Amino acid sequence: MTAAFLGMLQRLGRWGLSALERLGRGTVFFVYVIGGFPEILRRGRLIVAQIYAVGALSLVIIVVSGIFVGMVLGLQGYNTLVDFGASESLGELVALSLVRELGPVVTALLYAGRAGSALTAEIGLMKTTEQLSAMEMMAVDPLHRVIAPRLLAGIISMPLLAAIFSILGVYGGHFVGVTLLGVDDGAYWSQMQATVDWYDDILNGVIKSFVFGIVVTWIALFEGYDTAPTSEGISRATTRTVVNSSLAVLGLDFVLTALMFNK
Amino acid sequence: MGGYRRISAPDQPRSARMQNNNKNSSEPLVRIRGLIFKRGQRAIFDNVDIDIRRGGITAIMGPSGCGKTTLLRLIGGQLKPLSGSVRVDGIEVPRLSRRALMNLRKRMGMLFQSGALLTDLNVFENVAFPLREHTPLPEAVIRDLVLMKLEAVGLRGARGLMAAQLSGGMARRVALARAIALEPMMIMYDEPFTGQDPISMGVLVRLIKSLNEALGITSVIVSHDIQETVSIADYVYILSAGKIVGQGTPAELAGTNSQWVRQFMQALSDGPVRFHYPAPSITEDLQL
Amino acid sequence: MTESRTLEIVVGGFIFAGLLALLMLSMKVSNLTDIGGTDGYEIKAKFDNIGGLKVRSPVKMAGVKIGQVSAIDFDPTSYRAEVTLKIDRRYDKIPTDTSAKIFTAGLLGEQYISLEAGGDDHYLKPGGEITLVSNAVVLEQVIGQFLYNKAAGNDKK
Repeated sequence: MTAAFLGMLQRLGRWGLSALERLGRGTVFFVYVIGGFPEILRRGRLIVAQIYAVGALSLVIIVVSGIFVGMVLGLQGYNTLVDFGASESLGELVALSLVRELGPVVTALLYAGRAGSALTAEIGLMKTTEQLSAMEMMAVDPLHRVIAPRLLAGIISMPLLAAIFSILGVYGGHFVGVTLLGVDDGAYWSQMQATVDWYDDILNGVIKSFVFGIVVTWIALFEGYDTAPTSEGISRATTRTVVNSSLAVLGLDFVLTALMFNK
Repeated sequence: MGGYRRISAPDQPRSARMQNNNKNSSEPLVRIRGLIFKRGQRAIFDNVDIDIRRGGITAIMGPSGCGKTTLLRLIGGQLKPLSGSVRVDGIEVPRLSRRALMNLRKRMGMLFQSGALLTDLNVFENVAFPLREHTPLPEAVIRDLVLMKLEAVGLRGARGLMAAQLSGGMARRVALARAIALEPMMIMYDEPFTGQDPISMGVLVRLIKSLNEALGITSVIVSHDIQETVSIADYVYILSAGKIVGQGTPAELAGTNSQWVRQFMQALSDGPVRFHYPAPSITEDLQL
Repeated sequence: MTESRTLEIVVGGFIFAGLLALLMLSMKVSNLTDIGGTDGYEIKAKFDNIGGLKVRSPVKMAGVKIGQVSAIDFDPTSYRAEVTLKIDRRYDKIPTDTSAKIFTAGLLGEQYISLEAGGDDHYLKPGGEITLVSNAVVLEQVIGQFLYNKAAGNDKK
């Protein structure tokens, strides 16, 4: 009985230690990659290519989901508000939900699935096929040459993707609420403008997506770099990227929300 | 070529260049003494001494998993030994700062087993990669240099192909062109012949030999393909279980008394290295 | 080269779309256009009870938004709420005998201040005060009153 309990305790301890160790290595990795930013910023081409891979290629899924999430919000919001005779507040509801929460969070989750997993697989493959090692032997630092532009591209892309998601969602809600269900067009926009604050809501939303951009891209790149150099190692790392970065986004969202919107 | 050397020269510290040119050629380019390296509890190298002569082709041979690739990584500074000295061109590699190590690596080429071409670039860009990273050369000069290197390995016509479209042998030749792009003093070949058909094997053997002769590049070959390696090597080390069990010119090794070396060189299935993994006798095991 | 050209064009388009989205969020969705700050003058009004009125609640005249609440303070001498209204500069002809009421948009909607113009020839100046006020309708009070009246009515029968 005690032996089983001690065994459990030991497993927990081992898990905790290894998690802590990974976190430590991840942090060192992150700091080192940041060190490559000045060098990479002088070579804009490298960043442009990565913004394409990370941001522009995620655009389709972001556009489609943004419109649909906005439409669902319009429909659900209308059905709820109309019972209270407050359907004029639909614009406010749609915009606040999107700008504060759904925009940054759903974008980050979609980004983790689309771009994050691709980044992990790409870096993992480069490691497995010794490309990173070969770069090192060519006196090129792969953390600066390969990883840094990708991290930078993720940080730049995420707020833009989230903004596109939110604005399309607002129009999706407008389409369902105003065009289909007959909410007053003026009320939709004016209620929205009256309640959505630029600093409290828009700017905080952008800060959120900025933080998510750093965290998700960091996790994806570190998982790729830390892959066991086998094909199953890559597939496990890809799964871990999606799971860990999704959990990190949701957990961080709570913390950030508590810090920002706590009145 | 001469022009390129002058352009790239500011990249290297002056003293290093002088060393490279003036160093007494009797001093080996790579000098390893008392090398000890462990992975976990297992000793990969246990007090190993190796000299790699300038301008020659030195082969390091031994059975799979005896740490041949590890040796190349130790020379290239990707790994640090537990103790012992690894000197390349008079420079103690394990003690180098990151920057100095990078400068040293610009003068070494390494050919990985898989070729390790960058998959998002085509053949031309792969060969151009080290030039673009380390020299401020204009595009026209880079183009000329890359085409010359590709010509040397016979793949000038394949410049537009992506890495994934190449056969294993072609990928290795492109990687070789990339490795000589910065005109290194030394190239390390990691299992260059493994998994090649006889024709591309012959091509690689010829290439290694001709690069060594034409450019005077010191070559280190790590391999367990005895015939091909011995046919071009000037000097051979045979490693086993972390120790050097035989060394000499190919002719010396052919006449050796060591049973182990003879088993390895002649590819005998039984000898000092048993065919059977240690086990109780078969009669005992089958309970006859 | 053409390949890298299309790539750069796509990335340029993406960044442009993202910045445009941010701009639209700022201008069309949020109140950034309101924050013009200096483009208005402030007047005051004191209420016994402001209900759920908040800073940035709209100030309307005849249903049209003409400004917003810029500050809410408690006046410790009169025990009333002192509300500062920021009125758009375009609307500078508000009579001194204008009355202010706190209304609710819909049954549960947000609260706003509605101004009803009086007939005076003199107009409110920056820093002026609206004296004719009526307080926020507090739902609990209304319901309480309604139930009380109902009960009283039943007793009479």
